[in-house]
Amino acid sequence: MPTAVPHGVGLDPAATNMALLVVLLPFVAFVLLAVVVPLRRRGQAAGAVSIAAIAVAFLAALFSWFVWKGDAHVQTWAWIPADEGPTATVGVLLDPLSNAMLVLVTLVSLLVQIYSLAYLRDERAPSLGRYYTYQSLFAFSMLGLVLSPSFIQMFVFWELVGLCSYLLIGYWYERPSAARAAVKAFWITKLGDLGFVIGIVMLWAATGTFEFHALFALAQEHALAIEGLGTIMLLIYLGAVGKSAQFPLHVWLPDAMEGPAPVSALIHAATMVTAGVFMVTRAQPLFVLVPDVLVLIGWVGAFTALLAATLACVESDIKRVLAYSTVSQLGYMMAAVGAGAPDAGFLHLLTHGLFKALLFLGAGAVIHAVGTNDIFRMGGLFRAMPQTGVVFIVGTLALAGLPPLAGFFSKEAVLAGVWDSGMTWPFLMLALTVLLTAFYMFRVVFLTFFGRVPATGHPHEPSWTMRGPLWVLAALTVLVGIRLAAGSVGGRHGPGWLAPLSVAAALGGIALAWAAYQRGAVDPGRLAATFPLSVIDVLARRRYGLDGLYAGLYRGFILGLSRLIGWIDRYLVDGVLNFVSASTLRGGDLLRRIQSGHAQDYVYGVAFGVLLLLVWSQWWAR
Amino acid sequence: MTPPPVLSLITWSPFVGALLIMFTARHHPLAVRLIAAVTTGVSTIASLWIYVAYDREAAGFQFYEKLPLVPPLGISYELGVDGISLLLVLLTSVIIFAGVFASWTIAVRSQEFYALLLTLVTGVFGVFVTLDLFVFFLFYELAVLPMYLLIGVWGSSGEIRPRGIFAWAYREAGVGTKEYAAMKLTLYLLFGSAFILVGIFALYVNAGASSFSFVDLEGVSFAPAVQRWVFLAFYVGFGVLAGIWPLHTWSPDGHASAPTAVSMLHAGVLMKLGAYGVVRMGLGLLPGGAAELAWLMGTIACVNIVYGALSAMAQTDLKYVIAYSSVSHMGIVMLGAATLTETGLNGSVFQMFAHGVMTGLFFALVGLVYEKAHSREIGKMGGFGAVMPGIATAFTVGGLSSLGLPATAGFIAELLTFLGAWRSDHQWWLFPAVAGTFLTAVYVLRVAKQIFWGPPSPHFHDLEDARGPEWVALVLLVAVLVLFGMAPGVAIGPIDTATTLLLSRIVGP
Repeated sequence: MPTAVPHGVGLDPAATNMALLVVLLPFVAFVLLAVVVPLRRRGQAAGAVSIAAIAVAFLAALFSWFVWKGDAHVQTWAWIPADEGPTATVGVLLDPLSNAMLVLVTLVSLLVQIYSLAYLRDERAPSLGRYYTYQSLFAFSMLGLVLSPSFIQMFVFWELVGLCSYLLIGYWYERPSAARAAVKAFWITKLGDLGFVIGIVMLWAATGTFEFHALFALAQEHALAIEGLGTIMLLIYLGAVGKSAQFPLHVWLPDAMEGPAPVSALIHAATMVTAGVFMVTRAQPLFVLVPDVLVLIGWVGAFTALLAATLACVESDIKRVLAYSTVSQLGYMMAAVGAGAPDAGFLHLLTHGLFKALLFLGAGAVIHAVGTNDIFRMGGLFRAMPQTGVVFIVGTLALAGLPPLAGFFSKEAVLAGVWDSGMTWPFLMLALTVLLTAFYMFRVVFLTFFGRVPATGHPHEPSWTMRGPLWVLAALTVLVGIRLAAGSVGGRHGPGWLAPLSVAAALGGIALAWAAYQRGAVDPGRLAATFPLSVIDVLARRRYGLDGLYAGLYRGFILGLSRLIGWIDRYLVDGVLNFVSASTLRGGDLLRRIQSGHAQDYVYGVAFGVLLLLVWSQWWAR
Repeated sequence: MTPPPVLSLITWSPFVGALLIMFTARHHPLAVRLIAAVTTGVSTIASLWIYVAYDREAAGFQFYEKLPLVPPLGISYELGVDGISLLLVLLTSVIIFAGVFASWTIAVRSQEFYALLLTLVTGVFGVFVTLDLFVFFLFYELAVLPMYLLIGVWGSSGEIRPRGIFAWAYREAGVGTKEYAAMKLTLYLLFGSAFILVGIFALYVNAGASSFSFVDLEGVSFAPAVQRWVFLAFYVGFGVLAGIWPLHTWSPDGHASAPTAVSMLHAGVLMKLGAYGVVRMGLGLLPGGAAELAWLMGTIACVNIVYGALSAMAQTDLKYVIAYSSVSHMGIVMLGAATLTETGLNGSVFQMFAHGVMTGLFFALVGLVYEKAHSREIGKMGGFGAVMPGIATAFTVGGLSSLGLPATAGFIAELLTFLGAWRSDHQWWLFPAVAGTFLTAVYVLRVAKQIFWGPPSPHFHDLEDARGPEWVALVLLVAVLVLFGMAPGVAIGPIDTATTLLLSRIVGP
């Protein structure tokens, strides 16, 4: 199992060069597509370039995984020079943590890019070229993030993946809803990033370095007794709250589903949104110095998991259900990290990346076939699309946490980690979420694949370009599960009652979904109307008022303030200036009138002046 | 063998171009443009050459030229560049070269337009390379004055409704017209230069009235009272041009009214003359005054950042949005300088460059959009991305640099300024500065979304993307933004040699 700390920093040029190759291949593809306009406009050809680059990158990542599995290698180069050593460096840090991420990112990227060829078949060629340009940029940025040896490089790529997310959510930019969602995603994550940037600036000012190995060395020597380290780490964590969609900044992720389904699979499920978890895992040696912050991370994570699960239960858009489920699972990962079990959190990150990408791609195939996102307008699809149905159910079972699929073991590890740390309430929230997860996922499965309302149109299995990636991911979900069951990898076993409890909870959720949506034994409407579920139902349908709160803050506070300042600037600050200028003009105009050209006026003036002088000399000048 | 006077070549080449245009190219519009492109091209190539040839190990002023003009008064034609001016000379040549192409389609009186533009550029180059304060002032005025004609003749008027308690004054002064904008800008900048002139003479007299040379004055340590008051004079005088709050209101009106190339040059380069003046003469000659008044500079800079961004958000006219964004971004420049730290000052100078290119790009784009859509009303536009993808892409890159996205030049500048701010004596400066980046993200993406995204607006038909020579400007500026963002060392290296030298005088050896 990967560990968070790069033990003993080695320097094997072969290893770091291989990592560089992985990250630079998509970059070259991006530059090619961005600069060579005719190539980009060819659409499918652009896709071929992008896929070729990521395929080689995947092989290189795999090679690196097998050869340098256990060691850590760092290489950095000066980036922003300064008088006494560079302010910032760039480089690569290849260790088990980043190596595992390299494999995951390149694998899912590759599958998603292949899948997209068929999924976006009907797009105009230049648009498709643009899509693959963004895809390559994303792959480069995500790989760069994963390999970061320093906070600053992580932040750089952190922002770049955010940019790609913005561009790809807004891929169908003519749709007003997509445009809104893209901008919202950027703003909300940027809000978290403010904390991140302030945190690393403060950390740099206190220690003079951004680099992980230098900071970890300081931490190990107990030399990191900085005043306000808690605040700094809390601020850095805020970046992860935005990026990994933790409460209360999770509101952007469901809206991000406006992007094409493969984008959701790659960016908003498997890779980018996990960057926050990855960052906290990477910086674990610093976070352990501030236990209070870790406890907070754990609580927020568990709460996010539960909250998002309730939201998923009332959602009728298949992609938004999956999005809330992603938020919920990110909560699991964060809870594990906060409970001091980053290895469990990271394992869940990896397995979740596989089966959630599978679910999103499966949902994409369904949407492609029936032309709607609404699960209540789908039904009986299993007969028309058995292969998609099977792989989707595999993904669902993994997400629900049933053995022997990958999700069971990682979720088990997370629950065990949280229980071991003694955080009882977060543990209970997470255990309840297991039940909810199984419920809302099987709600989707029953309504879409088995429901009695037949779907409109003539749904059919997608082409092999789309089915291939689905099967690969489904196979991996099973294989990784079996590998984990063999116990040679991972392995954090909680108390003996834990596994039966979580399996029972999952089965309970499935049974409830079956009773409500398949068998019809329970009326879901009536169930939701009973207290206390009715309260949660009403609140969840309004998304707990959070979206409204942000919209209100934006319109009322930011835009209102800007209107006020704009008015002040235009009519007060500039007004004073115009007042001076107009007064000068008026004053000149008045004085001009004295020069009337009539001799008698001037004589009057002189006489008046003489009179004044006389008065003055008589009364005041004695 | 004396080295070739390459700085003189850079400075005077556009001026020669202006003369050629006035005397030979009458009624030949194409010849006018070619002469402008060639003479500014010569400056550009020469500035690239000095950028590469500058000896970073030796640091200090290089490519030195000196020619006594009025020996009894100690006035001489003395040129030289260090790491700071080196970058700004490069910036000027990039912007003017792009500006020549961006205004390719100007129709009215093009030869006078180009002649004035090139004269102005000579003034700008002169300010950056001259080391004699007297000649500096002459160049400074040369850079400011042609603006009056350029805006007054070739500018465009907007509409501003008179409101508030000063409404009568708005009617009387004709607020919103291009004549008003031209007059306001010129008077405001002349008001500033009065302070500068007084400051220069005060230094000259206090140093023994023997030399106007920067190098000589640098060796003099002035009395604390002189330092304080002259620094304040320089800060106000140059600060007007750098758009410090509340003396900034000439900038939105002026930049919104000015024709494309003039806005590019003015916001892109001329505002940097102000910031450069504060750094070079304020910080460089009056270290004591700078240390004493840094709190004022930094605090006002923070006001600039937040206030400028909020004002930009409130605008409905595209050009005003960009103009106010300059007010906000110049705050970063002044804040970096006020930190009096190595990183902060590097960030400040880098932001001068980054903002220059970015705002030059923005004004070029706004000019193109205006030329094609004949409107600057953001509310009316929509869905332009589908018909002008090139312009949309360039706008997005500019916007991203503006909100400080990594891999663009804006990020490096802002990061360094933040680092400097937290290490300065006034740590709280960090918070308004960071908040400014968020506000920038709000207004930039909001505007980009409104103009380029969404369904096509029904108000516009037959729009098209940039064409021919216009691409030169866009590609050049976008490339510079991205390259300097990815390899900031290219610029920070030389800057650092100059700033460390400068700061060693302020914080003591």
